[in-house]
This record gives sequence, structure tokens and C-alpha cells, in this order.
Amino acid sequence: MSATAPEPTVVQTTPALELRDLEVSYRVRGIWRTVLRGVTLSIARNEAYGLVGESGCGKSTAAFAALRYLPRNGRVMNGSIHVDGEDLLSMSEDEVRQLRMSKVSMVYQNPTAALNPSIRIGDQVAEVYALAGDSDDRAHERAQEMLSKVQISDPVSVMRRYPHQLSGGMNQRVVIAMALATNPSLLILDEPTTGLDATVEGEVLDLIKTLRGEFETSLLFITHNLGVISKMCERMGVLYAGRLVEEGPVAEVFDRPSHPYTIGLVRCIPRGGVRKDKETLDTIPGFLPQLGAELPACVFTDRCGLAEEICRQQEPPFHRVTDGHCSRCHFYERAHTLPRATGAPPVPRESPREAPVLEAHGVRKTFHQEGHAIQALADVEFALKEGETLGLVGESGSGKTTLARLLIGLSAPDEGSIVELDGAQLAGSVNKRKRDQVRALQIVFQNPDSALNRRFSIHRILGRALTMLTGEHGEKREERLRQLAHSVRFDVRLIGARPAQLSGGLKQRVAIARAFAGEPRIVVCDEPTSALDVSVQAAILNLLVELQAQKKVAYLFISHDLGVVRYLSDRIAVLYLGRLMELGAAESVFDPPQHPYTEALGSAVPTAEGTERTRIRLVGEIPSAASPPSGCVFHTRCPRYIGDICKTEEPELREVEPGHFWRCHYSAEQLRELQKTPPPGRGV
Amino acid sequence: MSSFGEPIGSSVTAAEPPAQAESTLEPAPSEAKVIRRERLALLLRSKTFIAGAVILAFWIVCAIFGYLIAPDDPLLTNPVKALQAPSSSHLFGTDTLGRDVLSRVIVGARDILIVAPLATLLATAMGTLLGLVTGYYRGFVDDTLGRIIDAILAVPVVIVGLLSLVALGPSTVTVIFVIAVVFTPVIARTVRAAVLTERQYEYVAAARLRNERTPYILFGEILPNVMGPVLVEFTVRLGYAIFTIATLSFLGFGIQPPAPDWGLQIFQHYGLISGGYWWPVLFPALAIASLVIGVNLLADGISQVFER
Repeated sequence: MSATAPEPTVVQTTPALELRDLEVSYRVRGIWRTVLRGVTLSIARNEAYGLVGESGCGKSTAAFAALRYLPRNGRVMNGSIHVDGEDLLSMSEDEVRQLRMSKVSMVYQNPTAALNPSIRIGDQVAEVYALAGDSDDRAHERAQEMLSKVQISDPVSVMRRYPHQLSGGMNQRVVIAMALATNPSLLILDEPTTGLDATVEGEVLDLIKTLRGEFETSLLFITHNLGVISKMCERMGVLYAGRLVEEGPVAEVFDRPSHPYTIGLVRCIPRGGVRKDKETLDTIPGFLPQLGAELPACVFTDRCGLAEEICRQQEPPFHRVTDGHCSRCHFYERAHTLPRATGAPPVPRESPREAPVLEAHGVRKTFHQEGHAIQALADVEFALKEGETLGLVGESGSGKTTLARLLIGLSAPDEGSIVELDGAQLAGSVNKRKRDQVRALQIVFQNPDSALNRRFSIHRILGRALTMLTGEHGEKREERLRQLAHSVRFDVRLIGARPAQLSGGLKQRVAIARAFAGEPRIVVCDEPTSALDVSVQAAILNLLVELQAQKKVAYLFISHDLGVVRYLSDRIAVLYLGRLMELGAAESVFDPPQHPYTEALGSAVPTAEGTERTRIRLVGEIPSAASPPSGCVFHTRCPRYIGDICKTEEPELREVEPGHFWRCHYSAEQLRELQKTPPPGRGV
Repeated sequence: MSSFGEPIGSSVTAAEPPAQAESTLEPAPSEAKVIRRERLALLLRSKTFIAGAVILAFWIVCAIFGYLIAPDDPLLTNPVKALQAPSSSHLFGTDTLGRDVLSRVIVGARDILIVAPLATLLATAMGTLLGLVTGYYRGFVDDTLGRIIDAILAVPVVIVGLLSLVALGPSTVTVIFVIAVVFTPVIARTVRAAVLTERQYEYVAAARLRNERTPYILFGEILPNVMGPVLVEFTVRLGYAIFTIATLSFLGFGIQPPAPDWGLQIFQHYGLISGGYWWPVLFPALAIASLVIGVNLLADGISQVFER
């Protein structure tokens, strides 16, 4: 067992991972279907390589292949895989196991599922060392060391706990600790931060960056998030339909993307403070081809705005754009002229009326659990005007979804809370609301898979909603149904399909259509695009903007993606531990002066532009709502902590500028002055 | 595992005008049909399922055409020929009253194949209803009904069956009801577990958000989604029902004489085994065993396909 650095000669010559002409197929329903089409890439020692592409492009397959851990129906048809110079495909099972134990490790997306729920953290981490031949005591000792290296502040107590007692971010640190325990030469990270909050994501990424330096490990970083790639990696590859379409140094690729697919991906993301009334988001037309489908010579032809006859006939070579930057496009030199797929933003019918449609005053919600009262929402106040979008942001556990469920009547608020629709108090439970009130307030859920009944056809799903909400039947209903499908750009010919037959984007369109069936006044959108790929997300966001312009509906838009919220929202509300910390116009909330919590949230988001911002590190985890901190609930993590006043006195939500509210002891002027410089690191 | 695992062929492909992202062309062939066809193909490829189906089919044929197939009248007594050993004229021998055992085994399939499925069907219906209600409401309803279910489950099936049959008097109808009542809690539990998963999906919330009434949510929205477990549970319980009925008949509380029921035949003759008259006991016992095994194989096959 040697944990020492490899010999210097090897460092120079052998890449940590080398895939050559790798072709992988899955056998589905008796037919071999190609997933990876001749992928060639190599990751040098100490290099971080990012692999991007939408889901279904073969990213994870590439990762599994690199571990020779394909599902049972998967097979490497062609090509070679070398890890640290060793040919993986010619190894015996035993040798592969040895290799996984010593040279390659993997970190998966869902840390809670990656850990065994019934084994204590300490034992799980120690197992890695014990397998490598350490005695039990020694293994535990080293496990503890490793846990402190991943910046777990109290490793001794963490080792005694079970995975469910730790937060997602903590669990991911443990998984990373286990992956690095053997000091591997290659670490594969498959969407390691996708399920985590922005603040936690930022921390985990920082940690990976630090550890990378310390362990001299090469990284294969798989993600759909371009921002993460630009922050973490030196080189990147773009995968489309199992083919590497572009590769190069990260800065180069972002600066001068030279494949239409890469350009499309970059344009899909709401960036740089672009807003819905200024610009529509670009999308990539069409769909990812089905697995095993016959593809034209250039795999992207069918979705490409630049495609010509040659693209069908002749496979483009890997053109050299600059040194080390290659693009598999015949027209790589003019790829940047790719026409936009979407037009100008829709013009809203008229400016929003002043009287609010929905008003919430002193909304509280307390859950009772085993004798503990958990206050999920405390004195939430806001008003929603017609045709307006109010963005709602905050970490998980801040009460966003509780608020959404409460507004639509799936759970009742505490006594004394006031929720008014057009000035009339709404009953707590949807069962007690009038039909007009029910149809006025609808929701689009996060996950269309579970929001649509999988046994019903789209026709039945939408038809039933129309019948129940508008009371229409027969031919009249059919007519409305067609209009409804048309308004969300859902092809009427697919109306007989069931949800499982549709792509994620189409399913979400159906869910949106259902919400709009009764001509609602307010639609709550609970992370409606977070389960979707970026290009689909862009199309859905465009649709929401268009529907809003046509129908003057107001949105309460919940998202953890600040870029999306910023793009869509007129005003933004920031929740922390069930309390409204800041509320104001979208333009003002994201620029100083801003509430210290908003400041930290904003700084945690990695951007695709790659502009390095000073990240404000929030200390520790979000406290439990069962015992919120005294005084200002944010004082335990606040980067702008003043002193005892924060501990003892809870600040009121007050108007600091016209239309801009926050809950902080500082005044607007004070924070404006302070936020010119990043805060001093506190307790880090 | 990989994102390719499932939705293959399910997402709809389309090339389309670049102006509008994501509207689709070709309507796909109904996926529901494809899934059904695929399940059938999987079932037919499962050796377990085929073996079970063959055994069950054999007994169903016996149950329907028993009197035509049977070489002799199964009810015709002939004391002169009592307790003859298997021979070419009576392949399985004769019983104490001189009746042909082979004919009685063949015809005996009928009673049990009527009583057991009926009892199981009734139990499945009641269990599904109970499971839907307890799983959906939780809270007080669930706690109350749940305790009752636990209480029934705590008592051995045969004891409950015997006591109720003694109280109600043995008859085929009573047997059906007793078995149905005894099996209901078990099925209710399985369905409840499935409903607990379903109710947290947002399609249930969406139904509430268009003012659907609870019965519609239970039977219209949730029930179709738990039919898989219900079907599996039905086949599994069917095997147990056959076994239980045979047991009750053996104890004299099930199907009543002179019906040529298998359990009853064993009951009437097991005392004679020590005297060397093994045939009137062995053949009905083998019949019971083969039917139970057949149904269980079938259930295994089905659950493998549905619970993938």
C-alpha cells in the first residue's frame, strides 16, 4: 500500500485517463443501441476535465465505462480505455477491482443514496482503509483524518452518526472523503452538486478545488451546468448524442464556442442580468435523437440552424480551431453566426394594474412533530399584482414550498394568517374554497413525472381539468382543449399519448396547460424547470413569459436558480428560515445595497461567464426551524454581523428604499458603503 | 442507473421547424399497448409462469369438463368394490364406498376452483378498498382501521376460520366469506403501502386543486396506479386460499360431503393409511399440492414481471 507520489517519469507521459474511439452500446429490447460513438479524450495528470451535454448524451455512460462499471446490458463495442496507462478492457475482474480500489474513484449525484443508511459514517469511511489492509483502529484513525480534510468541523461526532442525520452537503463531503481515501489518480464526479443548494454547492466546489491541489488528483467532472465547469475545469468536452462535438480549454470554448450545439447551450442560459422584457432565451430546436436512431453523418444536423447537404453526407472531421480547441463542425469558422431559434419577446397587453390580486399578511405556519413546534413560516407579508412575477428564493428548508402549498390550499396556515384573493379572505383548505377561487389559484409542480397521472392520456388529464374547473362538456370542451394545447405549443396530434411517451419538456407543457385550464389569475411555479435540461428550460421559460403577456396572469416563481429568477421576476422575495429577509424589485435585490443573506446567496452561484467573484462563505448549515436562533435568525451565519444587537433583537421588515424591504439592523446607506468591499471571513 | 435505462423509445422524436422549439410530429404508437405487449412477452418467456399456467390450465380443464373426462361416476357408490388397490380398471384405486378415486380427483377440482377464486376475489376487493381508504386518509381513520387489521392478523387463520364456521354452520358460502374476511387485512396492508407512495405524488394534489371529490381521487386517480400490486397480491393469495380451503375441508369445516373435494377425501380416508390403504389419501393430496404449486409459480412469474 503506497500512498506516495508516483514516479516522476510516469507523471510526464501517461495520462490519468485515456479513452480512444470508445464505442458503447446498450442492448435494449434485444437490439444493440449505440450510446457512445467513438469518443476520444484524454485527461492529463492533475488536470480537471469537464464533460457537458444534456441528459441522454452519454456523459454518465462515459464515466461508467471509465470504471468498467457499465450496466449489465451495456458493452464496450470498440475502442480502448486506459487508466493510468493500464488497459482496462484486458483486465480480469480481480484486477479491475484492485484498480477501483487504488486508482479511480467516483462521486455520484445523490450523496444520500451513495451512503449505506444503516452504517455509521465512521465505519463506512474506515471500511475503505480496512479493505486496503489497515487494522480496524488504524482505519478509523485515518477515516477521522480524512473527514477533517474535507472540512467537517467535528469529525469525531460525525463518525458516530448515520447518513440520514447529516445534511446533503455534509453527506457529499463524506462521499468525497471516501472517494479520496485511497488517494486515487483519477476522480470521476458525476453531477456532484446538482442536488445541493447554491450556497452548499459553492462550498463543495471550493472543497473539491482545494483537495485537488492537495491530492494531485485528475478530475473528470460531469455536469450539465456550464457555470460549474468554468469554475472547476481547465479543459472541457461537449458531448452530443454520444459524440464529442467540441473540445478545448474552458476559457477558449466559452469565449469562442465553435460548434452550434455548444453555442446553443450557452445561449439557453439566462445570464448577465438579461430580463424577460428585453430578450427571449434562445433554444435548441428539436429533440435529442432516440437511442439507437439512424443519424445523419453529423449527429447534430437535424437540430442545427446552419446545416447544409454536406452535413448529412459527410462526417465533419475534428477541425482545429486553435491549439487544443477542436470542433466537429463543417462550418466551425462561422458557427457563431448560428441564427437564433426564437424571436423577440412578447409585449405584455398592458401594464399591471395597481390593486393587488393576492395579498398575504402575517402568514404563519407551524408544524407539530413529536411535541416540537416547528415554525416553517413566520409573518410572511407580500402582495402580488396582476400580471406580475414575484420570484421566491432561499435555500432548501427556508419555507418556499410550504408557502406555495399554503397559498394553493394544500395545507392550511395557522390561525390569524390572512391570505386574500381580490380582497376576499381565502379558506385554508382547497376543499373549502369556492370554485372560482380554486381556478384562480393554480400551480405548476417541479416534477411533471409525478404531477401527471401516468395511467391517463393527455386528453383525459387536460379534459378532466377543463370539466372540473370550467364546467364545460362535449364539443365545447374539445374546442377549449385544442385551444389550450395550442396555447402551450403542445401538438394536438399527441393528445392521445400518455405521459411516459413524452419528453420532459412536453410533459411540463401539459402540466402548465392544466394549470391554465381554468383561466387562473395566479399560477404558483414551484421550480418548474429544475428537472429539465437547459435548452428545454429556456423553451419553458419563454412559454411562461408568453402566457403571462397574453393572459395577464401573475406568477409566484420559486427557484433555486438565481439566474432564472432574475430573468423572469419583476420583484423578488428572499426567504430564510421561514422569514422574509428581503423583498424588492428584481433589479435592486441583486445589487448593493442588499440584505447580507441575499448578498451571500448571489455570490455563491458559479457563472458561465467565468468572472471570478469573491464568494461569501456562509458559516455552517441552515439552522433547524425547530429552534431558530435568537434575535435575527440569520445572525449565526451572517457575513455582516454587527454585534450583540443581532443576537438579541429581531429586526423588523422595514422599507429601506421605496418598494424595497428588508429585515436587517443596517440601513441602506450603511450596507451600500459596506458592500463595496467583501466581508471579512468570519469563523472560517 | 444510466439515463438510458428506461425511457427508450418512449420519448417522441421529431425534427421540426426551427421557429418553434419542441412541438412534435408523428404520434407514437400507443405506449400503453407496447408495455402490455412487452409484459405479455416477458411472461411467456418466464419458465416459472409457463409451468404454473400449464398446471393451472390442467386443473381448470378438469374443473370444467370433469364429468366428461372422468372414467367413472365419481358419486356412484359400489360397496362391493370398496378399497381396491390401483389397477388397470381403477388407475387410482377405489375408496371406502367403492367410488373411483381417479374420477373423484378429476371432478374434485371443480369445488376448490370455484370457492378459492371467489373467496380471493372478494378478499381482494375488500382489501383494496380498505387499503385505499387507510392509505389515503392516514391519521385517525388509518390508526383505527389499522389496529383492527393488526388484531385480525394476529389470530391464526385456521382458528378464526374454524370458530366462525362453527358459529355460522359449515357451508360453501360461509367458507367463501370466512376466507375473504381472513385475507382482507393482508391485502389491505399491501395496497395501503402502495397508496402511501402514490398519495405523495403531485397528481393527487393536482386532483384536489380542481375540486375532485375524494372517491374520484381514490378510485379514478390512485386505483389505476396500484393495480399492479393488487394483481400480484391476488395470485399470491389464491394459492393460500386453496391451501386454507383444503385445510378446512380436511378438518371437516369446509366443503361438505358428498362433494368429491380433495381435502374432504383426505379427511375421510387418512385413518386408513396405517392399514395400507394409501391411495385414497395420496392422490387427492398430490392434487392439492400440484394446484398450490401451480398457482404459486404463476404468482411468482407475474410478480417478477410487474415488480421489475
